[in-house]
Amino acid sequence: MREIFVALFCGFLFGVGLLLSGMTLPQKVIGFLDVFGAWDPTLVFVMVGAIGVNGLAYVFIRRRQGPVVASTFHLPPKRPVDGKLLCGAALFGVGWALAGYCPGPALVSLASLQGDVTVFVIFMAAGIWVHNRLFPI
Amino acid sequence: MPTPWLFGLLGGALIGGAAAILLLINGRVSGISGIFSGVLSPKRGDFAWRLVFVAGLIIGGALGFVFYPEAYHSTVERPLPIIALAGFLVGFGTRLGGGCTSGHGVCGISRFSLRSLVATVTFIGVGMLAVFILSLFVHGR
Repeated sequence: MREIFVALFCGFLFGVGLLLSGMTLPQKVIGFLDVFGAWDPTLVFVMVGAIGVNGLAYVFIRRRQGPVVASTFHLPPKRPVDGKLLCGAALFGVGWALAGYCPGPALVSLASLQGDVTVFVIFMAAGIWVHNRLFPI
Repeated sequence: MPTPWLFGLLGGALIGGAAAILLLINGRVSGISGIFSGVLSPKRGDFAWRLVFVAGLIIGGALGFVFYPEAYHSTVERPLPIIALAGFLVGFGTRLGGGCTSGHGVCGISRFSLRSLVATVTFIGVGMLAVFILSLFVHGR
């Protein structure tokens, strides 16, 4: 039960972070990708803040035998770089550039009840569902 | 919006902090596409925390809608079929590549994962190329 509250709190904090950083604004994301136009560096600062805090915390977390409440760490297994990783990242890059949303900011923005982002999330869910059908976990 | 870089840094710190707490207490990686995927294709005993995390994201968004509506003043206008295509590519691509900006970009790079670094460089690089190509056809953004 404690894990559920922690997940709710972390989701909330994560969402507020995305909102505060300006990442729910597609023009800031597309602006970051627009290196040959009016470049917007905000996303770099978001990444520096996020990786700075999380990376520093990870140095300490990795020394632990396990997490505080759950029984084990669920970290992805170490695997080599492969074609699926590269193709997937490339397809994601195209979609990211077309709309200016990645999954986090899109879900956060659902709360704004705007038509565009609602359509985006519905089709994002469809993309995930199709993937999970083609490549069962 | 005043000093966007400072807001970016602060917001980023909150994102990194949230990811650190989820790993420290629940032992879970804050990869949004992966968490959402587990909501859509649920497995027994591995569903509730994912649903609640996504609910937390949306509650955070709703709070912003009330107190910080500027965060939703999008100036990007795209035809709906393009938005739909973009959504599908983001959903399918992030699952095929095993992560998005949060799972690879924030959590993976924080753990010095080579796969995550390669994925992040790839989606940012392809994204920049796509925006460049798009700018040749569409004026303004």
